[in-house]
Amino acid sequence: MSPLSFDLQLLNACAALLLLLSFSMLSQRRIVNLVNLLALQGALLCAATLLVAWRTGQGHLYLSAALTLALKVIGLPLLLHRLIRRLNVYWDAEPVINTSGTMLIGLLVVVFSFGLAQPISALASTATRSTLGIAIAVILLSFLTMITRRKAMSQVVAFLSMENGLFFGAMSATYGMPMVVELGVALDVLVAMLVLGVFFFQIREQFDSLDLHHLESLKEGE
Amino acid sequence: MSTLGAITQLLEIVCALLAAPAFLGWVNQCRAWLQNKRAPSVLQPYYGLRKLFHKDVVLAENASSLFRLAPYIVFGTMVAAAAIIPSMGTGLPLSMAADGIALVGLLATARVFLSLAAMDVGTAFGTLGARREMMVGFLAEPALLMVLFVAAMISKTTSLPLIAEGLTTRALGLYPSLAFTAVAFTMVLLAENARIPVDNPATHLELTMIHEAMLLEYSGRHLAMMEWAAALKLFNYACIGFALFIPWGTSTEASGPQGLLLAVPVLFAKLAVAGGGLALIETLSAKLRVFRAPEFLATAFLLAVLGLLVHLLLGD
Amino acid sequence: MEVLLLLGSPLLGALTLWAFGARSWAPGLNVLFSAATFAAACALTARVIASGPMVLAREQFLVDPFNVFLVTLTAFVGLTTSIFSRPYMRVEAEHGRVSPGRLRLYHSMYQLFTATMLIALTTNNLGLLWVAMEAATLSTVLLVTLYRTPASLEAGWKYFILCGVGIAQALFGTMLLYFAAERVLGAEGVTALLWTHLDAVKGQLEPTVLSLAFVFLLVGYGTKVGLAPLHNWLPDAHAEGPTPISAVLSGLLLNVAIYAVVRCKVLVEGSLRSALPSQMMMGFGLLSVVLAAFFLWRQRDIKRLFAYSSIEHMGIITFAFGMGGPVANFAALLHMTVHSLTKSAIFFAVGHAAQKAGSQLIENIRGLVTISPTIGWGLMLGSLAILGMPPFGVFASEFLILTTAMKQQPWATPLLLLALGVAFAAIFGKVQPMVFGETPMRRLPHPPALLPVFVHLALVLMLGLYVPPYLAGWYRDAARLIGGP
Repeated sequence: MSPLSFDLQLLNACAALLLLLSFSMLSQRRIVNLVNLLALQGALLCAATLLVAWRTGQGHLYLSAALTLALKVIGLPLLLHRLIRRLNVYWDAEPVINTSGTMLIGLLVVVFSFGLAQPISALASTATRSTLGIAIAVILLSFLTMITRRKAMSQVVAFLSMENGLFFGAMSATYGMPMVVELGVALDVLVAMLVLGVFFFQIREQFDSLDLHHLESLKEGE
Repeated sequence: MSTLGAITQLLEIVCALLAAPAFLGWVNQCRAWLQNKRAPSVLQPYYGLRKLFHKDVVLAENASSLFRLAPYIVFGTMVAAAAIIPSMGTGLPLSMAADGIALVGLLATARVFLSLAAMDVGTAFGTLGARREMMVGFLAEPALLMVLFVAAMISKTTSLPLIAEGLTTRALGLYPSLAFTAVAFTMVLLAENARIPVDNPATHLELTMIHEAMLLEYSGRHLAMMEWAAALKLFNYACIGFALFIPWGTSTEASGPQGLLLAVPVLFAKLAVAGGGLALIETLSAKLRVFRAPEFLATAFLLAVLGLLVHLLLGD
Repeated sequence: MEVLLLLGSPLLGALTLWAFGARSWAPGLNVLFSAATFAAACALTARVIASGPMVLAREQFLVDPFNVFLVTLTAFVGLTTSIFSRPYMRVEAEHGRVSPGRLRLYHSMYQLFTATMLIALTTNNLGLLWVAMEAATLSTVLLVTLYRTPASLEAGWKYFILCGVGIAQALFGTMLLYFAAERVLGAEGVTALLWTHLDAVKGQLEPTVLSLAFVFLLVGYGTKVGLAPLHNWLPDAHAEGPTPISAVLSGLLLNVAIYAVVRCKVLVEGSLRSALPSQMMMGFGLLSVVLAAFFLWRQRDIKRLFAYSSIEHMGIITFAFGMGGPVANFAALLHMTVHSLTKSAIFFAVGHAAQKAGSQLIENIRGLVTISPTIGWGLMLGSLAILGMPPFGVFASEFLILTTAMKQQPWATPLLLLALGVAFAAIFGKVQPMVFGETPMRRLPHPPALLPVFVHLALVLMLGLYVPPYLAGWYRDAARLIGGP
């Protein structure tokens, strides 16, 4: 078995850490820590993008990495931290399913996503293809985080982490999307956060809390 | 069976028997230093053992023969385990008899007898300790097995010497899967050897202890055997860790007597560093409530499984 | 040029109204910008009639028979809705439900929403399509929560999260599509997301990847279409937002989402040469039709009632596109048009009715004919039209879909018929007392302006009796483009 080149090993390490971070997010109940984990995830994503950019010499990936750094490592976490302070939400309530159960489901999710990625990885020509499974796992784990949380803020963090997973997936399958699209997506994410900021204040103004069980009165079929 | 192999084997067992209490003493000494206390001598465990061997045995009236036999069985399994772990050299004649999974089985045997003996006399604390030990064990064991599986999958064998050899001959690189399992292994080590954050070896505060609660009824040479076995267990775990994750410096069939000569100081150096690290972890972390211990071990298990999955996917 | 005007007008409108949206003449300005957009759409249509399909702006934009009529429809309903919203929002402001600041937000976002839909329709780049769809969600989230009531906040949150998650799936699908295309079209990736290029090489795209991509795309954009079981956001968002927004959500946004699904289906089907995309669309479509029809029975809120009716019709359209073939596609396109016109007309009438009654609950709205004959008859005719009574256009399209289903998918016909019957009974049973029942309410001093309602209904009536030849020509061209078994 020929050893992988060092940059690929680093990339794999990044991918593995991303997976680990997703699990930490799944179990983390302090919202402040959740946001920090998100920033860390962004940083890892940025590092991975830089590695790929350096390896393949594709200019637009440097731009994409810079975008990730500005938006996902610095911008959004700062915004979220400010929101947390202003709204005074530090802890999530008890999760919908207990932590061990969630972890077990998480493991199954990882197995599933590896299976899902197998046929695609087999076709990919990029050197980074093996990390695609991890990208899918990150997406699905963020999804799991989202459905097991009660606080709006944690759900949003999970949503952003899903977006990170998508970017990572795009990078490992195809070395990133075309620049136009990436810019558009980044813009959308930014706007989404601003909309959410407004939204959170509206929710709290109305309910004095960001707990989502207030938002469960509209039932299907009534 | 080569002479060198036999010598290595013998040296390993003797070394384990003699060095285990010293390793425990070293960990305690480091911990005392780190906590700004006056450190006991490294030899303190030996003094303790000598004192206990000179004392008479006091047995409970209703103690069965199991209670008397257990210390020898536990001690015996630990020595057997020490014999198959390639701590100094990989060309061990005895290790052909048992692979990594059998090793986990040996450790489990010791646990079963220890717990049975603890319940034998029928005191409340013994039973409590045994129950908690089983709770820790049933979570720690799968995690340990997972750790072994990852290593086994990487080197495509479950035999510990071959795993160690395989790793030394591989090109240096980053192995995320091994890194995950190393962390998981460390957590299992802490839990299995009754260290902080799962148990506190230095306290006899009844409600929180696990390991000590099982030994409360023992005295004299029985207690000495048990404590020696506990020291051996810690030593064994450290050596398993070396074999799985940092096997460099152990002698192989090819390296000859010089290799073996070199392996002894390397092992002691590793032990010294590991002991320091262990003391550091224990100093930095707080004892968990007993009911949080399953969570701690579940995390270890999760990490080990993640290591396995990452290995499967990234294929490193 | 026309495209620039088409997209520039609402974008400029959004900016201008962000600055002046609170002034008393802002609603007029809103209408003006919508009219400009509609004029540009007409010009574009004329251009396409004259010179056929075209690709513009370094191939980033595409106008072909499939999207040009949707562009016109979108611009048209956008215009009539802005006309309707002028008196409607004035009354809302007088009742103190919206402040001037929120009116500014409303007008600006209305224009932005139109712009995003038009971008989604005209872009040739599947990545941009995704971006525009997401932007369309974002621009309407704050509109749904315009009244800031607890229920509207809940609806907005559901809308945001469900569509956000859904659309993330679609992004992954788009990524997979790009991945498959890159292998064929070369690594530089500039053309690999352009629909025209993909369409040209669809036979060479990797089938396994594309089938996976389609699952994600259908689930993603399907959430926005409101396909069951991902429809939860739709009734809430429709019921809690201002009525003009319900009208454009139902009449336009759902169409745009279906458009996205169908564009993707064309590519995937070309690659797979199997029935998987068809079957998935038929399955989701049928499920939505049946589920929505039965949920219709339990509705007590008039806007939720018609929101579920939208789900039902989206199900019918998806099912028809799923069947494929020239006739079914033709019927589906016709149905998109007439549903859009009818449903927005109904929401206009419902909006006025609810405003007059001061409640959206069906039991509180009674005897509309005695209060205001125009509203009453508008609602009645609209309901009859949406229920597929001849001679309205919905009848024609549903008839075509049903007969095709009998020929191609006989197993589905009873289900469809059952659902349509249930829906008919449910809606008619609820609307009839609203229109003709006894009422405690006083007759209104002045009749409401319901010109848009009757213009829409007249168009639907016309489409039921006579489809203009160039429109029929487009439908046929588009139907051929979409293809199918």
